[in-house]
Amino acid sequence: MTNTLHRYGDAESFHDDFILFCIASTGNNDEGAAEKQRQFLRICAKHNPANMGNGNRATFQPDRHLNPLAHWNRDVTPDWEGVIGEAKKPGTTAAVFKTREDAEAALKEVIAADLGLSVNMSTSVEGAKSCAENCGLKRHSVEYSLGFNDPHDHLPNSQVVKLATMCGHGMVSFNMARKMIDMVREGRRSPEQAVTTLARFCPCGVYNPARAQRVLEEARDHSG
Amino acid sequence: MRIDQNKCVACANCIPVCPMGAIYIDPKVNRATINTEACVECGNCLRGMSQEHLNPTMVRTVRKMAKAVRLRFEPEPDVCPTAAFFMNELEMPRLVRQVFSDPVVEHKSTGIKGRGTEEVKTNDVVPRVDIGEVGYTIEFGRPGVGVYFRDIQEMTRELGLLGARFEPNNPITHMMIDKKTGDVREDILNEKILSGIVEIKTTIGETEAILDAVRRVNKRIDTVMAVGISTRCDENGEDKVLGPQLEEWGYSFARAKTNMGLGRITNIKKKEEAHDEHLASVR
Repeated sequence: MTNTLHRYGDAESFHDDFILFCIASTGNNDEGAAEKQRQFLRICAKHNPANMGNGNRATFQPDRHLNPLAHWNRDVTPDWEGVIGEAKKPGTTAAVFKTREDAEAALKEVIAADLGLSVNMSTSVEGAKSCAENCGLKRHSVEYSLGFNDPHDHLPNSQVVKLATMCGHGMVSFNMARKMIDMVREGRRSPEQAVTTLARFCPCGVYNPARAQRVLEEARDHSG
Repeated sequence: MRIDQNKCVACANCIPVCPMGAIYIDPKVNRATINTEACVECGNCLRGMSQEHLNPTMVRTVRKMAKAVRLRFEPEPDVCPTAAFFMNELEMPRLVRQVFSDPVVEHKSTGIKGRGTEEVKTNDVVPRVDIGEVGYTIEFGRPGVGVYFRDIQEMTRELGLLGARFEPNNPITHMMIDKKTGDVREDILNEKILSGIVEIKTTIGETEAILDAVRRVNKRIDTVMAVGISTRCDENGEDKVLGPQLEEWGYSFARAKTNMGLGRITNIKKKEEAHDEHLASVR
């Protein structure tokens, strides 16, 4: 479970958003799948991921016992090893890349590892197609996103929707996205700090901090 | 979801965290409070916020002193300073809110995990959608709006009339009392969830009617929707059927989920079964 299909934006806005995920099929290839999924994550970790997740936890996650001093100096170091080590059950593991080159390099190594598990890529239609071709693969199946249908005008502005829909389970609220945009505009948080805050709400690790940072910087630089 | 009123210090950090906007500071008691009708039990406030375990009396005192001299402390925005949230035991029908809204909770009522199934993500291992067939994931409520089961039923009934085949392992299908008509259990119709995904399959010839119906029904039900539409590529990895057809009908699709075709059956028992089936078919 990752729900990476529906992200708000046009094809160009996905130029820094490539998600590779590896999924076991229940009853068909889930025996020994946990180790293969850890191997998938280990491969991805070598190719500059922006985020990773194992279905239960992500690179950036909330702290159950936060030290109050964190308000002045919060640790935002990605915890790749934690995500890999805690992938103990067959399910879905995912990695987010900010360049096509990194995603392709990871995919090539995943192909060579011959895990036998399904590997999918979520990005623009053409982005995934060219990745497959460059890696010598023929696409098996494709699921297109027809975008969001909002006949009752519920959705806020595009920057907020872009930030919120990067968690496919809806855990990044419109209000939190809006608050981070405001904090960055007001100089109360850096874009790097703000995206880490947003990414912590996405338990699957598919939130893209690199794309979110770009959206926040655009919102700051084009405000007014 | 509950907020321990003895612990809450009304810092309001949790208010923007809620995807449904269900949390507010009740001025009568000066504590954060949950609007239980709006709350979908997604657990984001409890799971998504970091927790300090500070003494509530101490925090309230510091806040009062700072407020008196117009001092503003700017805390991390995703922290509950006193770990005031806790999950209460939920029973049916309210339990469906949590099951369909919390992405890390197991579907104990349905035996299924997650909001959908493996869909075409494992189509290379278990053929669900073949060439000439079309799979649909019709998602309601996300982002940020939520949906009632009565509204989902409005759509499933329409799809049932059009002869759509509901994916049997999908959690919403499990909530149906009639998988042909799309009728949903009556006891859950007034329950609100963060998002739900209906999965169906049709032939390519039925696609235009299904997509028309989705748009038509969405105008009647007060929520947002997102449709995913899938097919199997040909032997060259191309989709020369569905994509071009969608474009002809005026649909645009910037993004896709692409199955790279690397999966296969590796479970020993399943491999033997597949081998036996193959032998039987050749005989």
